[in-house]
Amino acid sequence: MLYNIFIDPFMQMGGAPDLLVQTLWEGLVSGVLYALIALGFVLIFKASGVFNFAQGIMVVFAALTLVGFHEKGVPAWIAVILTLGVMYVLALAVERVVLRPLVNQPDIILFMATFGLTYVLIGIGEFIFGGEPKQMITEQLFLPRGAIDVKMLGGRVTFQKLDIAAAVIATVMIGALAAFFQYTRIGRALRAVADSHKAALSVGISLNQIWAIVWFAAGIVALITGVMWGARSEVSFGLDIIALKALPVLILGGFTSIPGAIVGGLIIGIGEKIAEFYWGPLVGGGIENWIAYVIALGFLMVRPQGLFGDKIIERI
Amino acid sequence: MFYREAGQFKKSYAADMAVFPILQDRIGIAVILFIAAVVIPLTGSTFFISSVMIPFLVFSLAAMGLNIVTGYTGLISLGTGAFMGVGAFACYKLTTIFPNVNIIIWIIASGAFSAAIGAAFGLPSLRIKGFYLAVATLAAQFFLEWCFVRVPWLYNYSASGAIQVPQRTLFGVVITGANASPTTRYMVLLGVVVLLTWVASNILHGRVGRTFMAVRDMDIAAELMGIRLLPAKLLAFALSSFYCGVAGAVMMFLWYGGGEAADAFNIRQSFNILFMVIIGGLGSLIGCFMGAALLNIVPIILKFGLPAIGIAVASETAEHLNHLLVGGLIIFFLIVEPHGLARLWQITKQKLRTWPFPY
Amino acid sequence: MQTMRSIEPGQQLLNVENVSLRFGGVKAITDVSFDIKKGEVRAIIGPNGAGKTSMLNVINGFYHPQEGQITYRGEARARMRPHVAATQGIARTFQNVALFKGMTTLDNIMVGRTLKMQKSFFWQLFRHGPAMNEEIEHRKFVEEIIDFLEIEHIRKVPVGKLPYGLQKRVELGRALAMQPELLLLDEPMAGMNLEEKEDMCRFILDTKEQYGTTIALIEHDMGVVMDLSDRVVVLEYGIKIADGTPEEVKANQKVIDAYLGVAH
Repeated sequence: MLYNIFIDPFMQMGGAPDLLVQTLWEGLVSGVLYALIALGFVLIFKASGVFNFAQGIMVVFAALTLVGFHEKGVPAWIAVILTLGVMYVLALAVERVVLRPLVNQPDIILFMATFGLTYVLIGIGEFIFGGEPKQMITEQLFLPRGAIDVKMLGGRVTFQKLDIAAAVIATVMIGALAAFFQYTRIGRALRAVADSHKAALSVGISLNQIWAIVWFAAGIVALITGVMWGARSEVSFGLDIIALKALPVLILGGFTSIPGAIVGGLIIGIGEKIAEFYWGPLVGGGIENWIAYVIALGFLMVRPQGLFGDKIIERI
Repeated sequence: MFYREAGQFKKSYAADMAVFPILQDRIGIAVILFIAAVVIPLTGSTFFISSVMIPFLVFSLAAMGLNIVTGYTGLISLGTGAFMGVGAFACYKLTTIFPNVNIIIWIIASGAFSAAIGAAFGLPSLRIKGFYLAVATLAAQFFLEWCFVRVPWLYNYSASGAIQVPQRTLFGVVITGANASPTTRYMVLLGVVVLLTWVASNILHGRVGRTFMAVRDMDIAAELMGIRLLPAKLLAFALSSFYCGVAGAVMMFLWYGGGEAADAFNIRQSFNILFMVIIGGLGSLIGCFMGAALLNIVPIILKFGLPAIGIAVASETAEHLNHLLVGGLIIFFLIVEPHGLARLWQITKQKLRTWPFPY
Repeated sequence: MQTMRSIEPGQQLLNVENVSLRFGGVKAITDVSFDIKKGEVRAIIGPNGAGKTSMLNVINGFYHPQEGQITYRGEARARMRPHVAATQGIARTFQNVALFKGMTTLDNIMVGRTLKMQKSFFWQLFRHGPAMNEEIEHRKFVEEIIDFLEIEHIRKVPVGKLPYGLQKRVELGRALAMQPELLLLDEPMAGMNLEEKEDMCRFILDTKEQYGTTIALIEHDMGVVMDLSDRVVVLEYGIKIADGTPEEVKANQKVIDAYLGVAH
């Protein structure tokens, strides 16, 4: 038993390094996608202090809208623009209908409001586009298909071109967001709002505008994530459970740290694939569903503020 | 005009500390109990009892459990569904291993199993709070859900993974299994719910309840008053899981009668119960019933009510509409009255008290 | 609390020796020593950021000093959680009111009685018999405090809805409900008008008279400090610069410099 837990998996890893590389790669790609969802969370949390539970659903919603438009006969690139428009309207609506009336309420109330938002989005999405899974329009968006086989380490490792594209796009987007935060006027305003709503208000920053912008940014991130994700499987609200995976990622990375979201995403993605592949069979498989939470939980007990979060000093 | 407390003087602290200090409230409760225990079983149709009242009572109980930990102690739990599942499986295992012991005892005992597991998953609350804790309870949800599927011992190695509730009797009357009549099941359930509501009310109105609320409102101050946080939080988790566990057991035994438990106790169930608590009112026992009633009745109206008035709705569409409506209701309530239906009820009572004058 | 030996009035109740507290590189308190005698009102004053609140936090175990020793009732204190301080009879009010906002005045003060309520969880299930008797007994005590602080009319109002001055009063009531031996008051009169301040002074003096409570007080209003306190310790930038009777402190050149500012 102990042998099976502590030694055998590592023997397997050493014995078939190509499989190990393959597993690592798979984990890396799903990690990138988790990180993208987490990124949307972090954006919103930083700027409004709202823990946006609906981020995962926004991903599905954006992807579904895109596919839905395309199914109605709209060309792909117009569908993308229309979807961006929908996400913008959504951001405005959320700001106007949910955030503005709830300003100054305890965080927990806002958190719960995003539960409501989650269900509204599910309801609208299913109502308009139906509940059945859909195919993502990969070719029309010029996403590569097929795979590259690389001979290495005495075996063969398969890299899906799509996955490579996902990793590249994610990297570019994260860079763009970081630059946006760091170097633009709005980015500076965002950081100010993140530190203190009241102080930001007092120097003339419009909270409402900032919130709309940040929710729109999260919407864009959601759309890109949705495309990537949808291309790998299919688009349906069945994905919402997977979207919850972003939560342990956030815990690892800390709620306010963009690098944290990325590193956390990779750790969770790789960790759960490795765990599933090498340790899963010991308990009958399927541990992918909860291992991420357990990793995060164990981590929390040691470092409650996350990898990159600031140390919490309690004051009274 | 009729709802007025003028002339009702309290002559002792005990009278002042009663849960229903006003005579009219006591009468109201008596009337409700009478309707629930006598009128409904005698006049309610089978559909009404088994599709409206039984789910309502089960959800009320679960909502009560969640409210103890989330509403009263301020710890968000997203693992309600799983804790209910623990209760259901515990009850199933116990009654199949010891078939001769009265099922009511096992229903209560299964709550104890759930309480122990709930307390274990509550341990992280020592170090983490708020959203972080919510994610920690997700770990419980997904881990336990996985166990319900992957540990065949729990469902007695049945090939389908479903469990079949065996027939059990109470004083010679069949109360569980396929042969139990809805009315009998309803009466047993009502008994359990009334008893546990009374106990919850006792606990929450006394020292323990105050401890919970102190931890919720300002945990640092509570600690400086001598409240030990970890035991208080663990007690809240245990108590909450006890209620959820019993709710799960009665859900399986007195409502579903069997089936694939993993589906009944998944994360969506957790959200469902959480919504009931939010809409009903965080930190209110009456709110649990109100929230359960509302969220229970909305899908029924959409599914059966709309066709009845001539609007044809596909069952799928009804479900989508239900999502939309529930989500909207939650946002609406959080904005208009964050303390939910319970507070609205209080405000109404206040208005009644002074009616017909504005104040 | 009863297990420890009792301290006669005038004897040393609490002794702080060479305490230093740091947060990372920030020194909040540096090498501060003073004592509090049973039955006195001991004021801690100093400019903003002098480390006064941190000092109270150290005394009731919320912060743990890196160096130094605290002796309470003649026993050196180990590193501990704050709730232990409560069991030893140290109660506290807060600079920014830390009431339980969702609870009524009555419930808030009842929480102060938690430590004195011993009936087990089992009896709590019924709310009859022993648990109820205990509840009533403590309710009587709480009503006395409510009477003492003149807050009968807000007994059943959630404290979140009360004005600031009353909240401060409820907070004092909650601390008094613990029947503390040592009461730490962190700016009990901040943000009050003259009338409210006078009321609060009266309550503090009455507390000392009626319950024999030892009081450590942080306050910015010098008039109040000089009137109320028996001895005053002055902190500046975490360092003790003066200690003595109000008159001595008032005459101390360092104190005058600290408050009026001086060219360095």
